[in-house]
Amino acid sequence: MDFKLTKTQLLCQELFRKFAETEIKPIAKDMDEAEEYSMELVEKLQKAGIFGIPYSREYGGQGADNLTYTLAMEEMSKIDASTGITISVHTSLCCACINEFGTEEQKQKFLRPLVDGSKIGCFGLTEPNAGTDASGVQTEAVLSEDGTYYTINGTKIFTTNSGFADTFIVFALTDKSKGQKGMSAFILDKEMEGLTVGTNIERMGIRAASNCEVAYENVKVPADRLLAKEGNGFKIAMTALNGGRIGIGAQSVGIAQGALNETIKYVKERKQFGKPISKFQNTQFKLAEMQTKVDAARLMVWRAAVAKDNHENYAPLAAMCKLFASDVANEVTRGCVQLMGGYGYSREYPVERAMRDAKITEIYEGTSEAMKMVISGSMKL
Amino acid sequence: MKIVVCIKQVPDTVEVKIDPKTGTLIRDGVPSIINHDDKTGIEAALRIKEQTGATVTVVSMGPPQADVALREALAMGCDEAYLVSGREFGGSDTYATSGILAAALKKIGYDLIITGRQAIDGDTAQVGPQIGEKLGLPQVSYVEEIQEVAEDHLIVKRQFEDGYHIIKIKTPCLLTAIAELATPRYMSVRGIVEAYEKEIKIIGFEDLKDDLELDMIGLKGSPTNVYKSFTKEVKGAGTILKDVSAEQAVAAIIEKLDAKHII
Repeated sequence: MDFKLTKTQLLCQELFRKFAETEIKPIAKDMDEAEEYSMELVEKLQKAGIFGIPYSREYGGQGADNLTYTLAMEEMSKIDASTGITISVHTSLCCACINEFGTEEQKQKFLRPLVDGSKIGCFGLTEPNAGTDASGVQTEAVLSEDGTYYTINGTKIFTTNSGFADTFIVFALTDKSKGQKGMSAFILDKEMEGLTVGTNIERMGIRAASNCEVAYENVKVPADRLLAKEGNGFKIAMTALNGGRIGIGAQSVGIAQGALNETIKYVKERKQFGKPISKFQNTQFKLAEMQTKVDAARLMVWRAAVAKDNHENYAPLAAMCKLFASDVANEVTRGCVQLMGGYGYSREYPVERAMRDAKITEIYEGTSEAMKMVISGSMKL
Repeated sequence: MKIVVCIKQVPDTVEVKIDPKTGTLIRDGVPSIINHDDKTGIEAALRIKEQTGATVTVVSMGPPQADVALREALAMGCDEAYLVSGREFGGSDTYATSGILAAALKKIGYDLIITGRQAIDGDTAQVGPQIGEKLGLPQVSYVEEIQEVAEDHLIVKRQFEDGYHIIKIKTPCLLTAIAELATPRYMSVRGIVEAYEKEIKIIGFEDLKDDLELDMIGLKGSPTNVYKSFTKEVKGAGTILKDVSAEQAVAAIIEKLDAKHII
């Protein structure tokens, strides 16, 4: 067993780190305050290949592995968790559905522009009445009599990236009587008539990310936009989410490590009772505990990513890394704000943003409770 | 057109510290980067490649660790990379280095050579022009813009203290790049993946010995002797006189100079 990154992974990590420091750090706070993601930044991320990391070069992707993708998620999220989720939803939810379930033609037509950096994707599963219980989806897709197109009606909520996405993966019922077994997945374009993206939903954290309600009103979708077969939608969604959780685990590690790095810098400078607070054992022990947990979380993320790269059964490992890392992100960012005291709480320093951003990691792409369902389900209890 | 860019791996000066006792750089644990001006040169070459379909070759002289600098250049989009490396070359000053690089460049072939203006560690700005001289090439240093790339010539803008020169230069030729020439792009993930699939060709002493002045390479063959390295002394803050007339100002300066026996 070797815990060392390869030379390729190390150079990628350096690229991600430099990119985040140079391009994202100066604007992260402003994007959070404005609750708007920078389109200029999206373009720069695309140019550096950060929107298609674990996809084959055959389809225009970057040809790197899932471990490299987690490195990107960590480095971006250290500086800005909103960037993390923007990349994650595009990469491990939208692209993954087409990559794993699309036909050759669908991959050439829809995956290529997503992974070569020309288009952005999103993933519409959650509805006002269907969260963890995805079987509650009410959006419907009705096949036309001549079999050439589906008509989609319904409303999705919390669709990340929807404000600027070009490609929408949408889950809808093709057979209402079958519940989740009647669910199917479709590839939609933002230009399709009847697809309306609402305003950005006001949130506690990851405020720069785009997260809107999307209405589908009589949207006519050509039949060749169906992914796999009718009724495969639930399986497609769960497969994508299993992979997505590794990314969220990495995002959690990034949020925590980013807050820790800021705190370490601060405690060396901040003087109280005549010395830098880094000299107090309380500070040292607290930081030691936090770093240990972040390292443990990172190793779990890497383990899940390597398992996915090796085509092993990674679903429980992904759930474990997300469950643990998201908990660590919340604990560590709270601890960092506490160590920095009033300044930590102030919006002058980025740790309060990290603490707000951390909360969502326990909720999206499967709540911590859902993770426990997946993990316990794999334990043959 | 075959463009060859010469790059140097240098310590990242943002992180470098000077040993106060010896006056030398503490290089331990300091990350290495591609010298800034050289990276600008890579970017300029890549833009010509995008415009004209030229190929871009990157060359570095240094220890085997310089491999990563060459990989980074490949990951930015360069087509091939050479590492000029050998124990015989160790300790070379600018004269020796330019001789070795000139010999390597002859072997590699070129239509246009681009080097950075100077390296942030040595700051001499000598290697580029010396390569040009040793290869008998026309050269323009301090290039801030490449305005035209034609089959047999280039038109470039050279920065000058009080203005600029527009120069038409016949190829093959050598340019030295300054920061204004181009902002280097990031590597891409795909570029990095492919950079590690490519081979970095090594050019060693045996490959070049027929083209070298053998007594002018390495530490022994270097005419430069470093007498002493030292840190600049920190000067105290000056005195600022506000709201004084020109006459009063002159009087104040004369008085200070006089007090220090300078005049």
